[in-house]
Amino acid sequence: MADKNDNGIVLTEAQKRARRSRSIAIAITLGTLVILFYVITLVKGPGVLNRPL
Amino acid sequence: MTQASPLTAPDHLLRSAADDEARYEPSLATAGDYIALLKPRVMSLVIFTALVGLVIAPGQMHPVLGFTALLCIAVGAGAAGALNMWYEADIDAVMERTANRPLPAGRIGRDEALAFGLILAVFAVVTMGLMVDVLAAGLLAFTIFFYAVVYTMGLKRFTPQNIVIGGAAGAFPPVIGWAAATGTIGLEPVLLFLIIFFWTPPHFWALSLSRAADYARAGVPMLPVVAGAGETKRQIVIYSAIMLPVGMSPWLAGFAGAAYGVLSFTAGAIMLALAIRLVRRDGAPADRVAKQLFGFSILYLFTLFAVLLLEYSFGMTFGRLPW
Repeated sequence: MADKNDNGIVLTEAQKRARRSRSIAIAITLGTLVILFYVITLVKGPGVLNRPL
Repeated sequence: MTQASPLTAPDHLLRSAADDEARYEPSLATAGDYIALLKPRVMSLVIFTALVGLVIAPGQMHPVLGFTALLCIAVGAGAAGALNMWYEADIDAVMERTANRPLPAGRIGRDEALAFGLILAVFAVVTMGLMVDVLAAGLLAFTIFFYAVVYTMGLKRFTPQNIVIGGAAGAFPPVIGWAAATGTIGLEPVLLFLIIFFWTPPHFWALSLSRAADYARAGVPMLPVVAGAGETKRQIVIYSAIMLPVGMSPWLAGFAGAAYGVLSFTAGAIMLALAIRLVRRDGAPADRVAKQLFGFSILYLFTLFAVLLLEYSFGMTFGRLPW
């Protein structure tokens, strides 16, 4: 359990490790999406969202 | 009950300091726990069957768009899994097989799981619609809805036919894959849908036979709990018998070759033989056969789709019926 003192909530080592793991996963996911959408734009051309419905 | 002052909310709306502390307690959930919410093993089968639907579809699809379609299907399936775990946390907590999932184990909160599932579902459907195909996006949205709402919230707790009807959700991926590639739905993906649809009940019933006590404790009306082991075994035989011609239907319909025809007949016959052996056993020997049947059913589905994938990947058309 996190300790509370005058500096606010202080994370335990386990909580820090878990947060780091989540942060890395979010960073990898966002980076991958940026690359994926960029490549899709190259593949589909400038009218990437212009499509018949 | 304490007297509420005019300037404070009624007692039942007030959260205690302890509630707030628990709510804002820093999470111990790792990235792995969130991945577990996506049911990665189910997801792998979804990706594989969707890939086959995509590969056997006529025409050329750019590999990047094909990858995007598969990613959306995978994320959509994961979202449905997360929403399923959000809703079923109470059932999961009392079942041995699922008690260590992130929600019942307390590593992820219910609100987090719900938000995670909803965000991924919207992301997958919108990306599929904008980047790949609107029909595929619609089918993906319907599949997520069917699994998370119709199956999880409706069927599972109320009818022993839960697996039969709910199996449709797991049968959609090849149809979505085909739709992503062509923008249409054809006979081929419908037959692949039927294969998974009829495969699901004997697959899950074989598993639930050995876990009937678990399901009974959780109050889930699986067929072995409601109708008994004998009736479940009888239903497994019926569905396995239906599986034989349905499994061969891609060859019979002329879009799979001789290799598929021979393998689907052989594998279907083995599955039916195992089902018949199961009917004739009781007690521990029946449990052993049920586990064999469960294991073989996975191999069966994988083999059928893998052969189709190989035939189309390498242009093997030998032995296709001419119509």
